[in-house]
Amino acid sequence: MSGSRRPTAWWVVWSLVAVLAILRNDLWNWSDDTLLFGFLPLGLAYHAGISIAAGLLWAAVVRFAWPAELEAWAEDEQPHRSGGRS
Amino acid sequence: MTLAAISELTPLWVIIGYLGLLIGLGVVSGRLFRGTSSDYFVATRSIGPFLLLMSVFGTTMTAFALVGSTGKAFDRGVGVYGLMASSSGIVHSLIFFLIGMKLWAIGKRYGYVTQIQYFRDRFDSNGLGYLLFPILVALVIPYLLIGVIGAGTVLEGVTQGMFPDVFEGRMNPAGKMIMVGAVPRWLSGLVICAVVLFYISGGGLRGAAWANAFQTIVFMTMGVVAFWLISNRLGGLEAASRAVQENARDHLGRDGMITKPQFLSYMLVPFSVGMFPHLFQHWLTARSAKTFRLSIVAHPIFIMIVWVPCILIGIWAAGQGITPPGGNSNAVLALMVNKLIHNDIFTGLLTAGILAAIMSSLDSQFVCLGTMFTHDIVLHSAGEDRFTDRQKVLIGRGFIVAIVAITYGLSLLDPPNIFDLAVWCFSGFASLFPLVFCAVYWRRTTKVGAFSSILVMVGVWLYFFLDWLEQSSAGHDPEEYLVGGVMPVVFIFAASAVTLFVVSLVTKAPRQQVVDRFFAVHEAASLQEESR
Repeated sequence: MSGSRRPTAWWVVWSLVAVLAILRNDLWNWSDDTLLFGFLPLGLAYHAGISIAAGLLWAAVVRFAWPAELEAWAEDEQPHRSGGRS
Repeated sequence: MTLAAISELTPLWVIIGYLGLLIGLGVVSGRLFRGTSSDYFVATRSIGPFLLLMSVFGTTMTAFALVGSTGKAFDRGVGVYGLMASSSGIVHSLIFFLIGMKLWAIGKRYGYVTQIQYFRDRFDSNGLGYLLFPILVALVIPYLLIGVIGAGTVLEGVTQGMFPDVFEGRMNPAGKMIMVGAVPRWLSGLVICAVVLFYISGGGLRGAAWANAFQTIVFMTMGVVAFWLISNRLGGLEAASRAVQENARDHLGRDGMITKPQFLSYMLVPFSVGMFPHLFQHWLTARSAKTFRLSIVAHPIFIMIVWVPCILIGIWAAGQGITPPGGNSNAVLALMVNKLIHNDIFTGLLTAGILAAIMSSLDSQFVCLGTMFTHDIVLHSAGEDRFTDRQKVLIGRGFIVAIVAITYGLSLLDPPNIFDLAVWCFSGFASLFPLVFCAVYWRRTTKVGAFSSILVMVGVWLYFFLDWLEQSSAGHDPEEYLVGGVMPVVFIFAASAVTLFVVSLVTKAPRQQVVDRFFAVHEAASLQEESR
């Protein structure tokens, strides 16, 4: 797998996934008991935001880092292992 | 029976109606069954995006998503979401993308039905299958027991007092008679097992996928509706949270509720989905790689939809000064519903939602274990050509019946601390993740490395597990079992990963033919990237 040939978008989205995993560890919100909009605890709002960001980021991964050839490879008729499978 | 007596049974009628719907779904999926083993075990690899999303989400979310998350937030505050849910949103989708899709492609090309078939061929070793099989089964069985016993406990709570002349109740450890007039757990567990068995016997994994989709819609809807009704009864969102600020302020932060090392180390637990055998089987049902797209994107959002309302209900309960009976925080959701909503139909629907979450995991696990026994033991030993396709389905069905019966039998023993075993099951699966990751991505991973890694994982897991058993029998809170302030999964995972890496480096490399066979999938992806 030759990393240098990967498109920039691939690097960007995977870097963002790594950043998101780091941001999940929000030790800086540890003691904050603020209520956003009068009802939503900040610590919960932050992590709900992480979930939404994860959804958006995975949409970007699907768009920019999708392994399109995987499907063709899987469909390609090759001799299966002895005995065959269901 | 008088009208009043019938009315008292309303929640039970709602639950019976729900179970009837599942049986109907089983009849329909059974009629659409194509009669082939491929259809029975992997739904002829024909499941589309929506059904894959719902079945995978329903399988990964257990009753804990509704009942446990509310109870845990009642005990530990809002940090529970970050601890368990947001990390799962990141890690689960990552695994679907990096592992699930690759294994789907390999499984489709080479015709695999179970995880063990893949590992046997990838490491060119029959023995590895025989080593992995009992470990995977041992890790799934407590998970099944949690479902069956959990379903019985939920129904027992809801039906308490309904049949005082029929069921006398049971004795608690203090010698007091409790749950008088409730449908006993042995009967509820039997009914739940029978319903699940019915709909998976007819349609196999397709039946499970359909039922999962339906049940996922039910439990997601009921969670949101419970949230809306409870917030209304508490005077609205702001009033409900203000009460927490006034009476249980510590629940709005994490200080004193969760430790930082515990929070950081919990990130490893969601890696367990990479080695769940039942999830592997669901991945194989996908029609195409594109089918995974919706699951990858929507999974974190779905987690948020289920978890955020439950976490808020949990902290609101703390703000209201609710005291669960016997300190059992898993009863908090039901208590909030009973105390604030007073609606028998809704109580029945919410119970159906909780049962939906339980059954949508149970069904896949039952089918998966039946499939593993059929393929990894019987067909592997006797030879696949020895049986007709129809006989393979019959063997699969027979094993599923046997597993349901064994699980039900074990549930009657009512093993102590069974609910605390969940995190140990997850830790075990998570610590096998380095094996599947390296099998897919590292050509140099060797058979000896795989054996060593599994054995070390089992050894370290047992060391901590036995220590936990000893501590919990000595009266310590088993939920608080940490090693050096972190979850034991950190050490088990590290031991498994380091062993796999070091032993693979110092042992004989795998045959080139085997490597070429399994890494062609990466070459295909590289070629596509070059052509962009």
